[in-house]
Amino acid sequence: MTDVITSNTPAPEAAVPPSTRLLEVDKLHVEFRTRDGVAKVINGVSYHVDSGETLAVLGESGSGKSVTAQAIMGILDTPPGFVTGGEIRFHGRDMLKLTEEERRKIRGSGIAMVFQDALSSLNPVFTVGFQIGEVFRKRLGMSRKESYQKAGDLLDLVKIPNARQRVKAYPHEFSGGMRQRVMIAMSLALDPEVLIADEPTTALDVTVQAQIMDLLAELRRERNMGLILITHDLGVVADVADRIAVMYAGRIVEESDVFELYRKPCHPYTLGLLESIPRLDLKGQELNTIKGLPPNLMRIPSGCAFNPRCPMAQEICRTDIPPLLPINGGTRASACHFAEELASRD
Amino acid sequence: MTKNILEVRDLVRHYPIQQGIMYKRTIGHIKAVDGVSLDLVEGETLGVVGESGCGKSTLARVLMNLEKPTSGTVLYKGQDIFKLSRGDMRRLRRNIQLVMQDPYTSLNPRMTVGDIIGEPFEIHKEVAPKGSRRQKVEELLETVGLSPEHINRYPHQFSGGQRQRIGIARALALRPEVIICDEPVSALDVSIQAQVMNLLERLQDEFGLSYVFIAHDLSVVRHLADRVAVMYLGKIVEVGTEDEIYERPTHPYTQALLSAVPVPDPESRNTKAIIRLEGDVPSPANPPSGCRFRTRCWKAQEICAAKEPELVRREGSDHPSACHFAEKRTVVVSHEA
Amino acid sequence: MSDPVLATADAAAESPSLVTGGAPPTGGPTGEKPRGLWGDAWRDLRRKTLFWIALSLIGIIVVIAAAPQLFTSVNPTIAGSADLSKSLEPPSADAWFGYDFQGNDVYARTIYGARASVIVGFLSVTFAALIGGLVGILAGFYGGWIDGLLSRIGDVFLGLPFVLGAIVILSSFAGAQSEASATWIITLVISTIVVLSWPLYARIMRSSVVSGKQADYVQAARALGASTGRIIFRHLLPNCLAPIVVIATLNVGAYIAAEAALSFLGIGLRSPVVSWGVMISDARNAIRTAPHAMLFPATFLTLTVLSFVMLGDVVREALDPKLR
Repeated sequence: MTDVITSNTPAPEAAVPPSTRLLEVDKLHVEFRTRDGVAKVINGVSYHVDSGETLAVLGESGSGKSVTAQAIMGILDTPPGFVTGGEIRFHGRDMLKLTEEERRKIRGSGIAMVFQDALSSLNPVFTVGFQIGEVFRKRLGMSRKESYQKAGDLLDLVKIPNARQRVKAYPHEFSGGMRQRVMIAMSLALDPEVLIADEPTTALDVTVQAQIMDLLAELRRERNMGLILITHDLGVVADVADRIAVMYAGRIVEESDVFELYRKPCHPYTLGLLESIPRLDLKGQELNTIKGLPPNLMRIPSGCAFNPRCPMAQEICRTDIPPLLPINGGTRASACHFAEELASRD
Repeated sequence: MTKNILEVRDLVRHYPIQQGIMYKRTIGHIKAVDGVSLDLVEGETLGVVGESGCGKSTLARVLMNLEKPTSGTVLYKGQDIFKLSRGDMRRLRRNIQLVMQDPYTSLNPRMTVGDIIGEPFEIHKEVAPKGSRRQKVEELLETVGLSPEHINRYPHQFSGGQRQRIGIARALALRPEVIICDEPVSALDVSIQAQVMNLLERLQDEFGLSYVFIAHDLSVVRHLADRVAVMYLGKIVEVGTEDEIYERPTHPYTQALLSAVPVPDPESRNTKAIIRLEGDVPSPANPPSGCRFRTRCWKAQEICAAKEPELVRREGSDHPSACHFAEKRTVVVSHEA
Repeated sequence: MSDPVLATADAAAESPSLVTGGAPPTGGPTGEKPRGLWGDAWRDLRRKTLFWIALSLIGIIVVIAAAPQLFTSVNPTIAGSADLSKSLEPPSADAWFGYDFQGNDVYARTIYGARASVIVGFLSVTFAALIGGLVGILAGFYGGWIDGLLSRIGDVFLGLPFVLGAIVILSSFAGAQSEASATWIITLVISTIVVLSWPLYARIMRSSVVSGKQADYVQAARALGASTGRIIFRHLLPNCLAPIVVIATLNVGAYIAAEAALSFLGIGLRSPVVSWGVMISDARNAIRTAPHAMLFPATFLTLTVLSFVMLGDVVREALDPKLR
């Protein structure tokens, strides 16, 4: 595979010019203006994904991971959400500067999205074939018969048994896992280059989750897509991701390739997370918790947003926001004043 | 000498499926729990794992006598809880309590936290004389790690993890012996789950509690449980100690379940067994004949459709398994923490 | 063995973040004071201008109803206050709203008419909500045949068209024409409205209770051993009140208008009771020649109904949990 260098470089100051990247988010800022105040939901997030790789964006609720994806797709609820800074470049073009018409063209054929809850994303009064086929009818001007045909092909692709018959079925006639496959089929209709999956398996049983994740990985390989996987599940990430961006309070706090991150996390938050999840393969585990609560996005702590909960916090952490910098000049990056110390321990 | 504090025998809970407006005909049953037998040893945590539709939530409700079973018994210290008088049942509730899954709906939004935790004392006045209630509530808040100053706040002023702690405090108020935990950490953020899990562990040590811990997350159950029962479509398919189930599972469903759980270690991509089930879980209204798992099982033979396998100890295995072809298999490579 | 020290250490870790900004996701300015849901709704209401406008209007009307003497020195309820020679005179300096057909001072009557209208409105709503609410709770909570029975009874009443039903009831009871006292007439009208409209409240309460019954916190209360009474009054009722409050507020205006309609038809209130409906009814033959006789009571009626509708609207928004 070409472009080995680009797929591993986290920080904007990379050796490769940005325009060769497939999809790039650059210093994005998003605010939510509500009647109770302004919540700074995204505060300078930058990441990218290229063809054929899987970027996992990891974070808990309130980290901003889903909002970033919505901003990329241009489906942010405005109001109350407003993009207040940064760029989102697809093949080098800043999508935030495009007209809605141009953005709509990119949606689906350039970048597609799969959501968490297939049941509420699918219209219950139309058949599955009709909904998938809508894309073909509207964007490619196909006839109804052709679009049903194509819909059947897609259902086959996502391994729904009896695809040709199931095309005429309604969403509620499918199980949760099957519905999610339908969602994936819909998203692939126009052969997108980037697929964003926002917590695609969170609502599913674990055996179904495994099937769906296998399917996503396989599809990504076959089509050489870039996959952005948004999740909070450290297990899922370990299974499928190539690179990981960890988000906290609207910022990226660590970015790394997957093996390195788990072997040696270089941010107290990542470290805390890894130490606090119960693991299937460990006996007699003691869970070390991260004390405190996720921050209120209307009153993000000054300095490093994680400092009230950080066991390593010093004075500087309360005053200076640590920038996301490469560690020891390498390909990993961490937003912590003490990243180098964490990196050098064994 | 370990005692069984709870004994569940052949518990069945069917829900009738009815049709018609004026005169309702029963056209079938949803067999949510279909013959479950379990023991809870005093002081232990019994984990009950299963995916959606396996009946574990129904099991929780029936164990709490929030619903009457279709048949079967649950003995608490030898007494059948479904045969108690109303007064006795009310008193029994002091000994068996419940922690629920959703911290956002399990607390009455119009009651203060103090009222919520204090309600057990109002219902069971004999436990705490009027003057001491406030003090007890404050103690409970502290025990679960919350500040007693917040006694007059409302649930929506707390985070999910804190609300769950409030729910735990409420369950603890009457000093029960058994707590049924119905997915207590599933709705919480990852970094908060550990806090609540540690709290539950600590409370078990401090107060000598016995837990029935119902969950779908096998990693969580491994951490907390002493023994584990695996449920599928209303039945228990395998039961054993934590070690036996996680290291030496013998039922194909358990093996598939363990294989499907993602492990937070990229290196395990190469070492974990990959078993993928085909198809969907059958409907509990119409479970397959014989062994219910046979429609998705790679070992299925004719006998599986004809004869339902009993939950007994099988050859070559040290714990009961409901499979005609039960075979030990290492799915997860574990090591000491 | 673990010890209370652990607990306090955890608590210490918890409380600083509670106070500094971890706790309320809505992030109000006070993370400190307890804020019940009714309190939250009140804070919302306080901020809306429409609320204050509606409240002021209603306040004025209530004061007029309670103490009409403050607004006019003429008392139209005293026999002999009418002056036939002034019949249908237009508004002038000493009679701001002019005179009606019988020579009554329209302004004075309008002021005194407020009382009947307001009483009918408020009391009808109160009783309808109480009775309907009670039936709804029983039907919703117990389900089964009780629910079936009560709901079918309610359906019967709901099926009756309001005006038709009112005509039937009022004409059968209003036999004794001249001896009818003001109290009896008002009671009759109120009862008619209550009888015809209680099923609405029953339905609303019933559906709230049916869904409220399933709520986790109700199950938790049952798990604690709570009695039926406690569950209904402590858990279900407070959480099921909101829709009733909204509908009741909106309906005060509707019932005042209903009373006006009934009076217009001649079957509702009538002399000696003064109400806006009665006035409008009396003035209908003179619309073209002396519009002032109808205009003023109609305007007051409309404003009153409007203010209740506005109030009901803002209360609904304030109580709507989805908008939080």
